Amino acid sequence: MTDTLDTNTNTHNSSDEAHDEHAHHGPTDKQFVTIFIILAVLTAIEVAVSYIDIGPAFIPVLLGLMVVKFFTVVLYFMHIRFDHKLFGRLFYIGLFLAVLVYAAALSTFQFFAG
Amino acid sequence: MAIIERPTETAPEYVAPVPTASGTYGYLRRPVETEGWRSWAFTVDHKKIGIVYGVVAMFFFIVGGVEAGLIRLQLAGPDGTILSADKYNQMFTMHATTMVFLFVMPMAAAFANYFIPLQIGARDVAFPRLNALSLWVFVFGGIFLNTSWFLGGGADGGWFMYAPNSSVPFSPSNGVDFWTLGLQITGIASLVGAVNLITTVLNMRAPGMSMMKMPIFTWMAFVTQMLLLFAMPVITVALFLLMFQRSFGATFFSVEAGADPLLWQHLFWIFGHPEVYIIVLPSFGIISEVLPVFSKKPLFGYPFVVFSGAAIGFVGWGVWAHHMFASGLGPISVAVFSVATMAIAVPTGVKIINWTLTMWGGKLTFTTAMLFAVGLIVQFTVGGLSGVTHAVAPSDTQQTDTYYIVAHFHYVIFGGGVLGLFSGFYYWWPKVFGKMLSESWGKWNFWLMIVGMNLTFGPMHIIGLQGQPRRMYVWTEERAGEGFFNLGFWNLVATIGTLILGIGILLFLVNVWVTHRPGSKTPQAPADPWDARSLEWITSSPPKEYNFARTPSVSHLDEFFHRKYEDQAGEPDADGHNDSAAHDYVQVRTGEQVIQIEEDNADPNIHLPAPSYWPMVLAFALPVMAYGVIYNTLLIIVGAAIAVMAMFGWALEPADADDSDFDPKPDGPEDGEKSKELANV
Amino acid sequence: MSDSLISDTVKDAVDIVKDHANDEHEHDVDAGDTAHGGHDDHGGHHTSLGLSNTKLAMWLFLGSECLLFGGLISTYMLYRNRHSENLGPDQLWDIPFTSASSFVLLTSSLTMVLAVSAANRKDLRNTKIYLGVTAILGGLFLAGQIYEFTTFYREGLGFTTSLFSSSFFTLTGFHGAHVAIGITMLVATIGMIQKDKISGDKAEAVEMVGLYWHFVDVVWIIIFTLVYLIPA
Repeated sequence: MTDTLDTNTNTHNSSDEAHDEHAHHGPTDKQFVTIFIILAVLTAIEVAVSYIDIGPAFIPVLLGLMVVKFFTVVLYFMHIRFDHKLFGRLFYIGLFLAVLVYAAALSTFQFFAG
Repeated sequence: MAIIERPTETAPEYVAPVPTASGTYGYLRRPVETEGWRSWAFTVDHKKIGIVYGVVAMFFFIVGGVEAGLIRLQLAGPDGTILSADKYNQMFTMHATTMVFLFVMPMAAAFANYFIPLQIGARDVAFPRLNALSLWVFVFGGIFLNTSWFLGGGADGGWFMYAPNSSVPFSPSNGVDFWTLGLQITGIASLVGAVNLITTVLNMRAPGMSMMKMPIFTWMAFVTQMLLLFAMPVITVALFLLMFQRSFGATFFSVEAGADPLLWQHLFWIFGHPEVYIIVLPSFGIISEVLPVFSKKPLFGYPFVVFSGAAIGFVGWGVWAHHMFASGLGPISVAVFSVATMAIAVPTGVKIINWTLTMWGGKLTFTTAMLFAVGLIVQFTVGGLSGVTHAVAPSDTQQTDTYYIVAHFHYVIFGGGVLGLFSGFYYWWPKVFGKMLSESWGKWNFWLMIVGMNLTFGPMHIIGLQGQPRRMYVWTEERAGEGFFNLGFWNLVATIGTLILGIGILLFLVNVWVTHRPGSKTPQAPADPWDARSLEWITSSPPKEYNFARTPSVSHLDEFFHRKYEDQAGEPDADGHNDSAAHDYVQVRTGEQVIQIEEDNADPNIHLPAPSYWPMVLAFALPVMAYGVIYNTLLIIVGAAIAVMAMFGWALEPADADDSDFDPKPDGPEDGEKSKELANV
Repeated sequence: MSDSLISDTVKDAVDIVKDHANDEHEHDVDAGDTAHGGHDDHGGHHTSLGLSNTKLAMWLFLGSECLLFGGLISTYMLYRNRHSENLGPDQLWDIPFTSASSFVLLTSSLTMVLAVSAANRKDLRNTKIYLGVTAILGGLFLAGQIYEFTTFYREGLGFTTSLFSSSFFTLTGFHGAHVAIGITMLVATIGMIQKDKISGDKAEAVEMVGLYWHFVDVVWIIIFTLVYLIPA
């Protein structure tokens, strides 16, 4: 298998491509692997947290990790970070509406009432 | 996907697509007919698709009207015997379901499909085959839903189908299953159509047409599609849960298993409230086109009309539980949704003001289209006023489940949605069909509908406040009360009103027949009969298959108006602005001359997407699967197999085009330039 | 080409209002003379935004899918405690196994992204390889799901056993169906690349499959946390 990696060398800040001149093309293959490793580590942390007792921080931490993973995939793997803003906005409208209406509906069932 | 070359110097002659040598399989050849039923069945032309949507929707309008007529006959007098209680339940359920899902929504889709590409200067929508798919999925879904009448009875749980009443112990016939599956099918049509039209509006506007230079009907239809895109999945979830409950024994709505019936209500109304804006916004868009033309004035406050439409679309997501005020939500939820519901009256009011101010100081001509448009303003306002009384939760507690609610929503749906559609019929008929509908029949049509609708739905405010509940198959003499407000008198008036309304609607069909029957003396309509303002009029009547002789360049809102009229007053400043308040528009060209200029500069080659069999085949697979869910699992597999085969056929059809909807330059596309889309899906 | 559809639209709107604040409102007064050129394209065959129709369509579809999965997730969240004492998440979940499944799906997202990258480089051989690996990993995930579900079933958790079970199987079932459709698309794409049956831009076709696939992955990210980890 050939080495098909891009020659971009900015690997030390693999996650923030904002000022990278290749930003409009997105991450390189190597950077994708790095992002994947980060996601895998986050997943491992999530699983660990579900076994360790960290008290009331349990749910916020798990939710926070979930959100970070979600947006990492959406922004980098799905490329929203580097594409025309309209794509992201259209998707976020759906995401936002979903969170809004379903949270409101669940709250009428006293779901968040602890 | 094959592309047809249409030379335009001479009368365009159809040249059958030659399958490319590289791997065309015999059975994947594209249909080639341009005449006869096949040219309609396999078309991907948005105009033909729009017409079929309209014809089928009109058929379902009559079906829904007959259902309404039977309801009103049953309630004309006390202790009616025309419909049994069970049949009555089916009748009001199917009346509403048919009217909402099989008439109003597809009729709006008819207008959107026909006119969005024309109004933005495109030759077709972004995905023509998907467009055909939406059409046939709707047609087959609507037929499927109505076969319930012959297969054990129509759905009988109300159009909102509250659970657990809609589950098997309480609704044992297959009617609710037909309803659930039928709406899943038509829901696919709506969702696919929404993706298609949103992409079209965002990405296929003519050069120079920014969003704020788009015709207002396209804007309102665009907001409608955004609502559809996000609302349809919610009812999809509800319908699946109900289907699993009824067909596979799940207990999502079984109270004895610990379920919460309000789950259904939330899911349904989270869809259901945006749904009512989906119903009414296209009509708002239509009259926003009609009023300026017949006031000889531009739409007042175009940006406000645009943004209030978007605001309605957005705030409409936050009010759904106003359909649930009496369901035990609790005071906090009720208060929040009550306030939100009051808020949404504001952008709607903005529109009413803008429409009225459009007419103010204008040179008004009361053609039938204009009459319907003005009728909408008046009748919708009545409906809006009763709506405001519902927003106040305490008063809604008395009104809910009475005929007062029935009055409200008929005023807004019929007075708003339907009158707008009829305005659109009369306005755009010459463009679509090449002849103008008779104005004298039109006036009778209009006035009988207005008298009929007010006699039908007006008294419902009274009988509702007097306590007549919804969905009761009889009312009795002893509970009718006495004096001016007795139920007997007003129920009878409502039934008579229904008769008048029915005749009024029939007059529309009479008008169509008189205009188009063989031997009719109605002349060919001019290309610009109304001295209109927007881009779709820069075409022949009816438009050629390729819409525009050349893709128009747009530099103004109301582009067509600006090509006919020039502002003689004031000097434009350095960047072309005429900032002075006075304008003096003088006609410098007729509409025909504007069109002629375009034709004189016509593109030599116009590429159009080719027709296809696969959308219809794929659409056919869906009711097959649906019958399978009700009757025989084997059919599900058969239907799924047809669907998969159709999708592969679709993907593998010969596709030899990479041109975009805009014409390629005479010397071919530039190197490396990827063309976009009309051709590819 | 506009880079900001929404802010430009708002700017246009404000300009229109300002232009006509002083208009006399008699007939034949125009309200549309914005005249600052708007977004004149260079004519010809550009799309209005210079974007791919297919990509726009896919993102719109994914936006709508948020509402679909949101509804299924909410139904689950409402009903997740409605089960008998010995057939709830605590008794049934095998977190290590599901973690492994999640990891498999996550890896498939990586291979998917590498497939898109290869397609962009016109490296069709590696595109097909990465697509194939993605499909295999997806299949592995599904196999894991099937194993899990059959285990639950044997332990007494059927589709109609309780509200918890119905909601759980509906949510994960829909997700699994989406994965299955994704695998079909992956395999079909490999086939179509092989037989050169993709009209238009091959890289874009692969990218579209990729967007769908990643979305299915992020839905699982949510399900894994909300359904499996949080009860634990």
